[in-house]
Amino acid sequence: MKDKYIVSPAPHVHDKSTVKNVMWNVVIALIPALLFAVYYWGLRALILTLTGAIAAVITEAIIQKLRKVPVTVHDGSAFLTGMLLAYNIHVGAPIWLPIVGAVFAIGVGKQVFGGLGNNPVNPALLGRAFLLASWPTQMTAGWVAAKNSAMSGLNNLSRIATNLQELSPKAYELVTGATPLKVAQSLRDTSFVADINAQAGGLNLGGRIFDSLTELATLKSLFWGNIGGCIGEVSAFALLLGAAYLLYRNIIEWRIPLFYIGTVFVLSLIFGGIPGSGSSVMLPFFHIFAGGLMLGAFFMATDYTTTPITKKGRIIFGIGCGLLTIVIRLVGGYPEGVSYSILLMNVFTPLIDKITMPKPFGKVAK
Amino acid sequence: MRLKTFPGGIHPHDEKHYSSSAPISNFPTPQRVIIHLSQHIGAPSSPIVQVGDEVLKGQKIAEAAGFVSIPQHASISGKVSKIAKAMHPTGAMSMAIEITSDGLDRSVEFPDDPNYMDLEPQVMKDRIAEAGICGMGGAGFPTIVKLSPPEDKPIDVVVLNGVECEPYLTSDYRLMMERSEDIISGLKLIMKIVKAKKGVIGIEANKMDAIAKMQQLLTKESNLEVVGLKMQYPQGAEKQLIYAATNRKVPAGGLPMAVGVVVQNVGTAVAIYEAIRFQKPLIDRIISVTGSPVVKPMNLKAPIGTLYSDLVEHCGGTREEIGKAISGGPMMGFSLPSLDATMTKGSSGLVLFNQKAAKSLAEHTCLRCARCVDICPMNLLPSMIANAVKYKNLDLAVQAGLNDCIKCGSCAYVCPAQIRLVQYIDTGKIRYAEAQRKK
Repeated sequence: MKDKYIVSPAPHVHDKSTVKNVMWNVVIALIPALLFAVYYWGLRALILTLTGAIAAVITEAIIQKLRKVPVTVHDGSAFLTGMLLAYNIHVGAPIWLPIVGAVFAIGVGKQVFGGLGNNPVNPALLGRAFLLASWPTQMTAGWVAAKNSAMSGLNNLSRIATNLQELSPKAYELVTGATPLKVAQSLRDTSFVADINAQAGGLNLGGRIFDSLTELATLKSLFWGNIGGCIGEVSAFALLLGAAYLLYRNIIEWRIPLFYIGTVFVLSLIFGGIPGSGSSVMLPFFHIFAGGLMLGAFFMATDYTTTPITKKGRIIFGIGCGLLTIVIRLVGGYPEGVSYSILLMNVFTPLIDKITMPKPFGKVAK
Repeated sequence: MRLKTFPGGIHPHDEKHYSSSAPISNFPTPQRVIIHLSQHIGAPSSPIVQVGDEVLKGQKIAEAAGFVSIPQHASISGKVSKIAKAMHPTGAMSMAIEITSDGLDRSVEFPDDPNYMDLEPQVMKDRIAEAGICGMGGAGFPTIVKLSPPEDKPIDVVVLNGVECEPYLTSDYRLMMERSEDIISGLKLIMKIVKAKKGVIGIEANKMDAIAKMQQLLTKESNLEVVGLKMQYPQGAEKQLIYAATNRKVPAGGLPMAVGVVVQNVGTAVAIYEAIRFQKPLIDRIISVTGSPVVKPMNLKAPIGTLYSDLVEHCGGTREEIGKAISGGPMMGFSLPSLDATMTKGSSGLVLFNQKAAKSLAEHTCLRCARCVDICPMNLLPSMIANAVKYKNLDLAVQAGLNDCIKCGSCAYVCPAQIRLVQYIDTGKIRYAEAQRKK
């Protein structure tokens, strides 16, 4: 007998959410940051971002054709990966950099494992790690300063010393030629601090510069994005705006970002200071607004495929990311640790899920 | 009133507007009914009539086949015309007794017993058993079994389920509005049978008028209470309702009696009342015939065994092409290949979808987004269970909660990858049962 009506398993209603819908919503949430980046660094931010996204889409389409599987680039996931990869590149970088990164991210980071849902680590971050390992100069040299700002966001240089350039060329080079996190990292090097202090004739210049990192003016620059950095490190405000949208639309969940940022906040309060500086209670704000933490915590550490599915697991994941980020920033060789800490925690995801299986409703601990 | 609820769950559109304002109306005696021998959980009833026998409405036609079973009764008068397989509301074919109406609607006597409230509990139970009552909320567990807890499991609270959390369905709502007194009498009778001191009626906030009505009737009853519940699916699931209404957690793998609770559906309470007072067997029930294609959505009091196609015809037929016909609610109900199935004691609704609503998208690979984990009312890992079943790893499926799943469908409802999670879990449950048998 032929069925007259559609027969399918329950439930017969759905909340209408789709993979496509989820992915494009994340893209939408990333747009405020892009607008801020264009405002501060010019149209090149948009060009690099689109280049990365389009390269990712084309790569995915070609590989899916070769694999003879349906081409699913319309789901937005490749576009998003390319976009996130470009957000990890600064506006002074050559145009081929996001292309190479996107090809690697999609090819080796995603399609090799069978595509969306199967990759063990975040493809965009893998692409970034690949770029940083292969072309360290292009990834870090030629930072572009934001409009109206010294590179590091330390706008009011005269507050540190009226004649900083003459006083200590080394210190001047530091605060005008690098990102805020690079400044913080350099000042943890005691021999470097001794050098610039000596140049300044025994003045506690190192301590003063470090203190200026947590001044309200600097924190404001970080919050609004008036600094040097990667496209996606632009403005904490713009990223928070996107994050709020994703939380509201129930696309990301609060546990990972909260515990990630919370851990960085607490640990930087305890361990963030340096000798010679009045260790400021504002240090945690510097550490959560500087660098890629907002982008990482809300847009990368919340990637579905590569993070734990259990509620407890997400808390562990967030704390782990925070811990590693602080270790890299305060002890490690890089000024910034967000991407490596997320990549490392991605690797632990299966294990975390395994040890945090929830107890069913009504199950009593034995 | 402070509204209560349970952890997890979802908020589907309730879509009750189609039929919520339609008062209960009587369905005229149909030409024939097909009464299934398996309308309940447990052994199918054994027929005690033969083809050609004349039967009266209310006459027993099949006997309980054991303790976990129920008898069946003729719901119209006429002649037994067939004992054969027919379409069950689950869509499967199973044995049933067909009665062709004689058009006379001759009934056995249902004498009014004025002292029904003061009968011995055992007499009450005998009447319930004889009436062939099973849970009318859907699962269909024989009521007599639920009302016979072992001596060492005292019951102190009876919870009546007036939640009706399934979208579209309004049969319990109409019953609460139109037969509130009978529901309360039923509740009191159940309390007497299980010797419970307290009675609670749980109703969701989308039925404020039913809450108000019950509250008004219970003002003088110190031991009876209405609990208003926040709208949240699956609040009508036994464990979730018990937690929301009494704040007690039924142990995983356990029954409500483990925490001193018995739950009965409001419709079952009315059936219990009628069985004890009038010795009337369960031969009819309220069913919502609803959905956008139905010309005149209705809440019908119809004989058990009525053909779904007859119900739809009585509601004025359909205004657009049917895409899906669902027996029960859209979250847990069964989609039928045609309207040839017939009503059972658990048939709370017949929901029709048009072709657009019937369409579903293709399944995508799991993104691991964990939305299913976040809303699972049983705190399980639905996506992990489904994956484990897919790759035949039963141990992992069990660890992730296979055996605790109540199949409410919330996970599949929120899945952006459209994965048929409940289907995988069902498969897993079947494979697990097979594996246990082999041991």
